[in-house]
Amino acid sequence: MAKKELDTRFSRFGTVSFAAVTQVNDFIDHLDQGKLMGTRCKDCGRHYFPPRAHCAASLSGDMEWFEVKGSGKLMGFSTLKYAPTGFKDDLPYTIATVDYGDYRVFGRIDPGLAPEELSVGMAMKAVADKTRNGQLTYVFRKA
Amino acid sequence: MGRVGIIGVGQSAFVRSYPGSIRELVFEGFQEAMSDAKITAADMDATVVCSAPEYDKQRSPAGVIAEYLGLNPQPTFYAETLCSSSSTGLKLAYSLVQSGLHDSVMVLGFQIMSQLSSEESQERMGRGADIQWESPFGTMMPAYYAMHAQAHMAAYGTTLEDLALIRVKAATYGQLNEKAVYRKPVALEQFTDSENIFSQPVATPLRTGDCCANADGSSCIIVASEEKAKALGCDPVWILGLGAASAPVNMAGRERLTGLNVAEKAAEQAYRMAGITAKDVDVAEVHDCFTIAELMAYENLGFAAPGEGRDLIRSKETYKEGSIPVNVDGGLLSKGHPIGATGGSQIRTIVLQLRGEAGDIQVKDPTIGLVHNIGGVGLYGNVTILGRD
Repeated sequence: MAKKELDTRFSRFGTVSFAAVTQVNDFIDHLDQGKLMGTRCKDCGRHYFPPRAHCAASLSGDMEWFEVKGSGKLMGFSTLKYAPTGFKDDLPYTIATVDYGDYRVFGRIDPGLAPEELSVGMAMKAVADKTRNGQLTYVFRKA
Repeated sequence: MGRVGIIGVGQSAFVRSYPGSIRELVFEGFQEAMSDAKITAADMDATVVCSAPEYDKQRSPAGVIAEYLGLNPQPTFYAETLCSSSSTGLKLAYSLVQSGLHDSVMVLGFQIMSQLSSEESQERMGRGADIQWESPFGTMMPAYYAMHAQAHMAAYGTTLEDLALIRVKAATYGQLNEKAVYRKPVALEQFTDSENIFSQPVATPLRTGDCCANADGSSCIIVASEEKAKALGCDPVWILGLGAASAPVNMAGRERLTGLNVAEKAAEQAYRMAGITAKDVDVAEVHDCFTIAELMAYENLGFAAPGEGRDLIRSKETYKEGSIPVNVDGGLLSKGHPIGATGGSQIRTIVLQLRGEAGDIQVKDPTIGLVHNIGGVGLYGNVTILGRD
């Protein structure tokens, strides 16, 4: 009997991915098609980003995808001058959290946007992108 | 319910690189605590061993350590909540004694970090965050706390100088602590002198001077019931309050970055259990892995209102002679931060303070002390309140 192949699509996420197999692997296909998606519980309507396969509040796995659209507010950010193993070639880079109201998104600022132009509270939008090493990711740009 | 107290405390020196194995390092804290309590291994009913496992080749270190310390055949097990592991160990020890299951329990914390490079260590620590959704962006602990610093500065006008003042205070006392890694004085000017290592950015706005160092170290806390303590001839410091909380691991799960919800929740529980308020605390140890972490702790513990933490450090109220002395042993910023050992070291400092045995750093006649120990970036929060008769 042939060994069943593992769905390892998630290993395409980020400069270095630390997870390969997840039940929300379709996130990767959406990202590949230029869409940043979270999940919403069909029972209670809660939005989840990052996407989840289950809603603990509804004890349900009945989820649907929604696109992260519009803009959010920059909650905090930091430019790294020093990196953990595997990320040195990306330096310097800026991580950030953006508040969309119903959910929040953690990620990186577009490398084309200078940190000097950032301030807490400014409007940002998340956009699908590629990393320097050709992996899938998303970045925040000015909205 | 009967009372549960701490009858012995010990720690190794915290060092950049310990020349030995984990069992040998743990022995040093154990030796000091056993000598402190003046008891023998046969007096111990159980051990809880605390560390962050990804630094060791050794799996399940509890068994190895219990054997080395002569604590077989008593039960032993492992407890882990990242940087707050040994505070969690203390909570478990309290529960084991209070339940009547054991009369005495030892909490052993340790970490050897020096056998990894700094980059590898950052990667391990970064994996204490969300490895599926955050680590792929190249995160590390200083950067997460830096986001909090950025948010705090924007919300309240806290300045980089306020953060530097916290390091200056830490160094004031770190110089006096023979078990600390960093024992030199620190001047504010080091943060503005572009040639000085302290001013070098690590993750904006945090600079090298805002960050504690990795270290190797061990700690040991011995807990006993009131009856057992009496039978052993010990004079305990009492565990009056214990609080603990958790939060979403991913920053996307946090409603704010200007403080740590887990610290507030844990403090509320601990104050309620002890029947006290923040005003009753005479001396505190807070988890200053970064300068901003201490500033947020002032506010989350109720020593200052939200946004007013800076006033405490500017007015030196958290110095030894101030209204609420904080980290007068030098804090993590001076001592270094050997993850699993850190909480035990904080508890040791408060026990010595309450006994009046803190030497050069002794605060005047304290009766109630507090320990604030955080795991990850506000992932786990632990607050412990200790008191003496």
